[in-house]
Amino acid sequence: MIFGISEHEILSIVVTAILTIVTLMGSVIMAALMIPIERRLLGLWQDRYGPNRVGPFGSLQVVADMIKIFFKEDWIPPFADKAVFVIAPAIIMFTTLMAFAVIPFTESWTIANLNVGILFLLAMSSLGVYSVIFAGWSSDNKYALLGSMRTAAQMISYEVFMGLSLLGVVLLAGSFNLGDIVESQRGMWNVIPQFPAFVIFFIAGCAEIHRAPFDLPEAEQELTAGYHTEYSGMKFGMFFVGEYLGIVLISCLVTTLFFGGWLGPWLPGFVWFFLKAFFFMCFFILLRAATVRPRYDQLMAFGWKVLLPIALLNVAITGAIVVAQS
Amino acid sequence: MKNAAQNAFSATSSVLRTIGMTFMHSFRKRDTILYPEEKPYLPPRYRGRIVLTRDPDGAERCVACNLCSVACPVDCISVVKTEDETGRWYPETFRINFSRCIYCGYCEDACPTYAIQLTPDFEMGEFDRQNMVYEKSDLLISGVGKRPGYNFYRVAGMSVGGKDKGQAENEAEPVDIKTLLP
Amino acid sequence: METTFFIAGIVALAATLRTITCANPVHALLYLITSLLAVAIDFYALGAAFAATLEVVVYAGAVMVLFVFVVMMLNLNQETVTRERHWLRPKLWVGPSVFAAILLIAMVWSMTVGGAIGGIEGTPLSANAVGMALFGPYVLVVELAAFLLLAALVVAIHIGRDERNEARWKAEHGERETTQAGEQQ
Ligand code: SF4
Ligand code: SF4
Repeated sequence: MIFGISEHEILSIVVTAILTIVTLMGSVIMAALMIPIERRLLGLWQDRYGPNRVGPFGSLQVVADMIKIFFKEDWIPPFADKAVFVIAPAIIMFTTLMAFAVIPFTESWTIANLNVGILFLLAMSSLGVYSVIFAGWSSDNKYALLGSMRTAAQMISYEVFMGLSLLGVVLLAGSFNLGDIVESQRGMWNVIPQFPAFVIFFIAGCAEIHRAPFDLPEAEQELTAGYHTEYSGMKFGMFFVGEYLGIVLISCLVTTLFFGGWLGPWLPGFVWFFLKAFFFMCFFILLRAATVRPRYDQLMAFGWKVLLPIALLNVAITGAIVVAQS
Repeated sequence: MKNAAQNAFSATSSVLRTIGMTFMHSFRKRDTILYPEEKPYLPPRYRGRIVLTRDPDGAERCVACNLCSVACPVDCISVVKTEDETGRWYPETFRINFSRCIYCGYCEDACPTYAIQLTPDFEMGEFDRQNMVYEKSDLLISGVGKRPGYNFYRVAGMSVGGKDKGQAENEAEPVDIKTLLP
Repeated sequence: METTFFIAGIVALAATLRTITCANPVHALLYLITSLLAVAIDFYALGAAFAATLEVVVYAGAVMVLFVFVVMMLNLNQETVTRERHWLRPKLWVGPSVFAAILLIAMVWSMTVGGAIGGIEGTPLSANAVGMALFGPYVLVVELAAFLLLAALVVAIHIGRDERNEARWKAEHGERETTQAGEQQ
């Protein structure tokens, strides 16, 4: 007994701490690796090479970029609202990394086995909106403000569809706990009975992390760089890595919720999880290479007139079937 | 209703088709080439580094007429004329400032003797701007360039060392203006 | 759990106080968000994880975003801040706060004496139980709330409709349909 805490508790605290650090490092490194992977894959799909000079197959390009970004001037515009300007990029990193806490990578590898895991994820992703909004507002730049206005509407709307699409999965598993949801997919992956939910979740996830077809908040052609127009140096780097962290997060979520997480024959659970998640990360990149950005009103109309009814129908039908079976 | 369903179907399938087509690009040949290791093919008439060529006989073609210098839109050619003892003109200095040259090829068009020619070579990067100024010794090559058989003085009706009027190719004897006889 | 509860509670109080006293509206909203998050943690410490996450999702994540959205549109500047400072003179807030303090004392007294305060055990309340309660004893309230929301939805759609826009859209759309039909023939 030390300070009234038993050895057993200390051990569990230490294990959790190690798991946390490993998960944090793993996800951030994965996000950083996504940068060269994305550039190379985009090159492949656009019939060119992409960065291939620095290190083997251009894999050290990200290191070079990091060094560059570190030594860039970290400029805060004199007209900006300083405190908010500095907080904004930290929020996105914080919320995205927090969301990793509830993801079950394997049976035993979950940092926080919350029984409201899915809701926690939704909470974190809804807090992520602030990063973009505050960044846009505090920059005192009209393009940044336009970008953050778009984000506010886009993210709030698509969060609704995201949550609704998840309800089907929750109904099938009978639990908000992500581990239970993975276990409930032993017989059949959720993607088969819940295919509409999967599609909606994927689209909404894409919009939530404002990735390529839904990257209106930062649409380069119209808004220079959208909400992070005024950012530079490490703060910009945080937004940048935050976006890739978002990709990793959504891929992990799709894997967990619809593709049976760590379940799979022969290989160890973690490898299965990684392979499935990696597939979706690459799919995000393919989406970026293939799709065009919708107009803002089209985005909203698509969400509220197409995704919402489908998501509601999906919930109603799934609920009816679950009730009928029990 | 039917129209909406049709629209939805065609929109979805077009997006899916785009994704599929983009994915199929992974098996295509890449359009870019890895430049320093792999050189691009440049056609012979590519407009690159400028050279001064010579006659088939080995003499300089340039007659220092300054037409190229006049034609040059950015005024980057400077020629100073001199003569040898037989009256043949040639450039004393011939200087091209390649940091200004836009490789338009007007000088090649203007040259009456085919002396100045553009070649398919573009690797001329320098760290010091002054090194981009090429002197005559840098420009003059020992070959005939793109015009193998051409020799200006052999076809021009001008008397110059060793060749008198009327002796050039396809040139009639000069008319004797002192007589009326045909 | 008790420590968590009190830390979060203190943060919530301080943040709320700053929300009121802050002259810059956006900073005030930031404090308000923090206060909501702290309250969510308090809920969690009390064992109501479901309520805690809903607090974050709905209040901090959606309602407050709309607040921020509107405040962002207001084109605030130094003038607003000075005006806000001006409005925060003690003369204006002493009266209401004295009454509020009396109310607070009354409430605390009734709760401590009346024994309405439970312990902070952190006994978890599952989402299942919440759902059961909502659709069991409280089903009428849920239905009423649903009615209210539906009414709000209908009103929002009605207000958001732009007749002119709709006519134009219909004209364009009708045109397209006829051309499509023409092509099909
Ligand atoms: S290529 Fe054009 S710019 Fe260059 S030297 Fe000749 S005339 Fe001048
Ligand atoms: S290069 Fe040609 S145009 Fe230029 S001075 Fe010589 S002969 Fe004349």
